[in-house]
Amino acid sequence: MSEKTVVAPKPHVAHEVHHEELGFWRKYVFSTDHKVIGIQYAVTGLLFLLFGFSLMMLMRWQLAYPGVPLPLIGQLFGEARMPGGTMLPEFYNELGAMHGTIMVFLGVVPLAVGGFGNFVLPLQIGAPDMAFPKINMVSYWCLFLGGITMLGSFLVPGGAAQSGWTSYAPLSVIAGTGQTWWLIGMIFLITSSLLGALNFITTTIQLRAKGLTFMRFPFFCWSQFVTAFLLLLAFPPLEAAGVMQLMDRVAGTSFFLPSGLVVSGQALANTGGGNPLLWQHLFWFLAHPEVYVLILPGMGIVAEIIANNTRKPLWGYRSMVYSLVFLGFMSFIVWAHHMFMTGMGTTMAAFFQTTTMIISIPSVVILTALIISLWGGSIRYNTPMLFAVAFLPMFGIGGLTGLPLGLNIADIPLHDTYYVIAHFHYVVAPGTIFALMAGIYYWYPKATGRKMNETLGKIHFAGSLICMNVIFMPMFIIGLAGVSRRLFDAGTAYAFAQPTMHWNAVSSWGAWTLALFQIPFIFNFFWSIKKGAVADENPWQATTIEWSAPSPPPHGNFAQVPQAYRGPYEYSVPGAGKDFVPQFEA
Amino acid sequence: MDIPYTVEIRRDTGLTNGKIGIWLFLASEVMLFGALFASYILIRVGAPSWPRGDMFLDVPLATVNTIVLIASSVTMVMAWASLMRRRFQTYRIYMGLTILAGLVFLVIKYFEYSHHFHGGELPSTNNFLAIYFTLTGLHGLHVFGGMVVNAYFWGPGAKLWKTNPVWFTNRVEHSGLFWHFVDLVWIFLFPTLYLL
Repeated sequence: MSEKTVVAPKPHVAHEVHHEELGFWRKYVFSTDHKVIGIQYAVTGLLFLLFGFSLMMLMRWQLAYPGVPLPLIGQLFGEARMPGGTMLPEFYNELGAMHGTIMVFLGVVPLAVGGFGNFVLPLQIGAPDMAFPKINMVSYWCLFLGGITMLGSFLVPGGAAQSGWTSYAPLSVIAGTGQTWWLIGMIFLITSSLLGALNFITTTIQLRAKGLTFMRFPFFCWSQFVTAFLLLLAFPPLEAAGVMQLMDRVAGTSFFLPSGLVVSGQALANTGGGNPLLWQHLFWFLAHPEVYVLILPGMGIVAEIIANNTRKPLWGYRSMVYSLVFLGFMSFIVWAHHMFMTGMGTTMAAFFQTTTMIISIPSVVILTALIISLWGGSIRYNTPMLFAVAFLPMFGIGGLTGLPLGLNIADIPLHDTYYVIAHFHYVVAPGTIFALMAGIYYWYPKATGRKMNETLGKIHFAGSLICMNVIFMPMFIIGLAGVSRRLFDAGTAYAFAQPTMHWNAVSSWGAWTLALFQIPFIFNFFWSIKKGAVADENPWQATTIEWSAPSPPPHGNFAQVPQAYRGPYEYSVPGAGKDFVPQFEA
Repeated sequence: MDIPYTVEIRRDTGLTNGKIGIWLFLASEVMLFGALFASYILIRVGAPSWPRGDMFLDVPLATVNTIVLIASSVTMVMAWASLMRRRFQTYRIYMGLTILAGLVFLVIKYFEYSHHFHGGELPSTNNFLAIYFTLTGLHGLHVFGGMVVNAYFWGPGAKLWKTNPVWFTNRVEHSGLFWHFVDLVWIFLFPTLYLL
């Protein structure tokens, strides 16, 4: 596998040459090549992750030391936001709402789906590109416009959206101009996701290599396939809700405004008669499947890396796939477990609590299968594997602490406390983001032709793992004490919050240290482009089809049209000469 | 580099890429309008009183519009069928009629809207008008979008007929699927808003 493949001349030589001669703009900026678009998505996602993380680091100062002026940089934010360096509640709300929005819609999803999906999926199924390359490009630029709109909203009078990433009505309807920008930004992001999703599904169904049946798919392909369906079908209701909220704000309608609403002592001019809960239903109808959009690609990446580095087939591949599909279906009928506190009847609560308990089963099946896959393997602990293995307990903590929230009775004391924050951040931060980091270290050689530095990678990993737990574990304690997540002063005014106040500082120092531990990663990311160890096309001795393409793959990806001859994880086959039998070798 | 199955059918799925793409797109559109219809039901059920459509809206005008749109669906099919029979000039006529029908629909819609606005009936007047303007406005945008695509295939996009007639016919078929969907939405909108 290590010999360099010479690109064989193809029938469409003239066509190929034409593509190679594209200018800078068409080649790197307005490219229709899925690999370039994937990298654009990934870099955009990483930048937004860093930006969203920075917003959070500001908030963490306020939570650790409420009312204390922020040293050094506090003055930079102006009198309107931080007079004398002390954070105003409005600014805190702005940071909170935009942290959530940016991390979910502009950070994790673009990286997990746009980045990895675009770069890896066509390679893994042996396709020359996505089914609709131009739509793919439009999809990225919609995301870009959405991102610009979101960033721009910080500059409008009154600042960015302040009504939380959930934008609950009626608060969001009566909020400042930033909310309108948020809605317009969301419409761009939704359009981007829709175009991406239909492209992914079509590509997966149509452009599979010969012999690559669905049950021969690498688990990552399955995860992207199911994720794309979630994006395709769950996002439009939020678009509808966004349009209605926009109408409420711009045209003076009352979709989400109840009758007799009084704001600052004055009755609102709107006719009323709307339903604030309607927004919540529509929002969570998207946002619960969205939770699985955040986690499924992560599971897919981890499955690839675990199979590769244990040198064993995945344990229970079929049950994992069935669980994944079942998870996708179920994710559409659990949304109201976010709304137990809205006064819904016990019948409704019982229904959603039951579906929520049922949906935990396939997640546990997948997690268990991944853990059992480790059993008896001769594990290689390289950086991708470390992140992938750490994903398992971290996601496990996040998932299991979600069960009490899914039960109606247990949710009553826990709802809207720091416990909820700790729960979903364990799923998404040390869960999904660790999986995404694992994926970056794993597929970096495919994208650049060089490996990332292992020592720096291990420093990045160890530091991140410790810091993530230092940040989020205290939040369980704070949350169980009953402290609300919405308090801009961390509960200074409340007696019951006092015994756990000091944990906020621990958590904050964890967050700032986590930032320091990202420096080795950022350095490594750029340094390795030129200086990393040269990688051949299959540096991890992996079995899936993307490793048959040159590193980095040229336009059109494969020198010969690939074909799948067997299942995706034929590692350590008894009697085979080497410990892996690639899918693409006859 | 050419993307496989753009024109030719993949044997094991029996489909071209575009066919799957347009159906997936329509699936997401169903979710978009479905959410709006669901919102309509929820707000109407929660309202103490709800006006009958003809108290605010012009039913005869909307009936004309319904007929116009259904007719445009027929001409759209005829446009595609003409291409299947390799009669390009007939295609041009039918496609032109389809675009024209879309235009007639929007012009009638414009008169309805301006009548409302002059009478002081705005989206903010009551929740019935709010949902009426939101649903028909979004539907109108879809009609406009469909017309833009159809106009492209009538005009500059038709050059593809000379080089790759199969591909062009497929594209017109996909555009037609979208156009039928837009009609179908109106078939639901008309009774929901005007008659109930």
